[in-house]
Amino acid sequence: MIENHNQMCFATLERPEPWSLKAYESVGGYRVWKKILAKRPPRRDLIEQIKSSGLRGRGGAGFPTGVKWGFMPDCDESYLVCNADESEPGTCKDRDILRFNPHALIEGMAIACYAIGAGTGYAYLREEFGDEPYRRFRGALREAYGNGMLGSDIQGSGITVYLHDTLGAGAYICGEETALLESLEGKKGFPRFKPPFPANYGLWGRPTTVNNVETLALVPGILREEPGWQVGTEKSRGTRCFSVSGHVSRPGNHELPLGIPFADLLELCGGVWKDRELKAVIPGGASVPVLPAKTMMGLDMDFESLAEAGSMLGSGAVIVMDETTDMVRMLQRISRFYFQESCGQCTPCREGTGWLYRVLTRIVEGRGEEQDLEILEKVPGRIEGHTICALGDAAAWPVQGMLRHFRDEFEHYIRYGKSPVSPA
Amino acid sequence: MNDILHSDLRGRIDTWLERFPAEHRRSAVLGALREVQKEYGHLTPERMDAVAEYLDLPVVQVYEVGSFYTGFEHQPVGRHTVAVCTNISCWLRGGEEMLTHIEKSLGIRAGESTRDGRIYLKCEEECLAGCCGAPMMQVDHVYHENLTPEKADKVLRALS
Repeated sequence: MIENHNQMCFATLERPEPWSLKAYESVGGYRVWKKILAKRPPRRDLIEQIKSSGLRGRGGAGFPTGVKWGFMPDCDESYLVCNADESEPGTCKDRDILRFNPHALIEGMAIACYAIGAGTGYAYLREEFGDEPYRRFRGALREAYGNGMLGSDIQGSGITVYLHDTLGAGAYICGEETALLESLEGKKGFPRFKPPFPANYGLWGRPTTVNNVETLALVPGILREEPGWQVGTEKSRGTRCFSVSGHVSRPGNHELPLGIPFADLLELCGGVWKDRELKAVIPGGASVPVLPAKTMMGLDMDFESLAEAGSMLGSGAVIVMDETTDMVRMLQRISRFYFQESCGQCTPCREGTGWLYRVLTRIVEGRGEEQDLEILEKVPGRIEGHTICALGDAAAWPVQGMLRHFRDEFEHYIRYGKSPVSPA
Repeated sequence: MNDILHSDLRGRIDTWLERFPAEHRRSAVLGALREVQKEYGHLTPERMDAVAEYLDLPVVQVYEVGSFYTGFEHQPVGRHTVAVCTNISCWLRGGEEMLTHIEKSLGIRAGESTRDGRIYLKCEEECLAGCCGAPMMQVDHVYHENLTPEKADKVLRALS
């Protein structure tokens, strides 16, 4: 049923030691980088190729990668930063790219450095990746340096690219690109005002491009013109790594063409577990609005279809909930997370996330009042759009989504002090 | 400073400094604090002062990093850090029940360490990116996925 499975970022998965240089070269790895080293094409040509490939950022916002690269000015000192601070709840694809195909990321970073005119790139991994994913990435970096793929005047090409690994220290907010830059500068992760965007004022004030792991790992395959990329829809081109978790029989990461029907993705994961009915899905990580089963079963998994349905493709994390899920408690858990992880810089987010969590806790504990629904309706709107970074929006959208589709469960909780859902 | 940052530890901090341009020593703060914590188990004002002196930074720049990130400990904790994920994907598959089970097994609450100094059960708020192997926990950042109470107990018993 499913064709084009794991053809790009996960292309080495079936090989022995998929993380090795040997495995990566056996699927065509480093061909593009070697060609660049030999021919030194104008960097703008590569940017045009990425633009026309239709690649959009895989971190969450879906911004066209080639356009982002095109913002980079010609200058003496600029940087590439790979955002490997994967921490959007439900998302675990970047971890698998780091573990199983780190060379794709390294080649993608080298190519991106060349295309944006940067001599140095940093991969910022979350601290929790400090064991296996970090070791694999570090090992691959060493292999790449050892085989003359990185360094100064690489293979006599006159091209210099140094790539470094770094680790965070535990903070969801550092997945926000400007907070990540602050963290790389050795500061606490407070997001910066935008504009100026990183392409103008980035790492140490220099022009910087920040790209997600999956985005960069796709670049070599796209430039090799892999057939695996010739899929998707007009505006959502190529493949996507979906992390399917929650109430399915076989949770897993699957790299598939964008635009596949959700129903097919669900079937690939063995359907809803325990022969239960599907209730709802959060289709793009904890930050995006939930959608009910009926909507999801008719939807295709691409940027536009999910946006039209009132949600987002986000980070590609597909969180599946069965009929026994208590949506009020689910939202309370999500709200606790944003309350804990708000960096505290902006008042609407710092205070608003606490209000949301406390009101939801009151409702869950059977102490909810009629006015609480009104608070849940008003507070998200006072956070959304009123903060420096998108964490505020991310805290607001799940509340709005839950109230839009499952308002009756909140009313029931408030009226009767308990959930309308019979526990599993 | 030399008592706290002995030469081996300074060498490890230097590997973080090497990643950044010489004029940006501040960028090594996270790495330096991580190395100090690895060496001593937790951070203290004296240890952070030593890092500040070595990196030639105002102490407040080190304190604010030490207090912002949840990876840094400021009290003595057990030798092994156990973090049980209870974020949404794990929550849907019994992550909270797993945490409760482990609390009972160890006889401590999240945020506490066992009396024998063996295990620190971290109060984990973040999703640990093991969503497809839920429920899961990390032991010193090593993933243990698709946990059952028996499997978790076995892993914890094996820790020295």
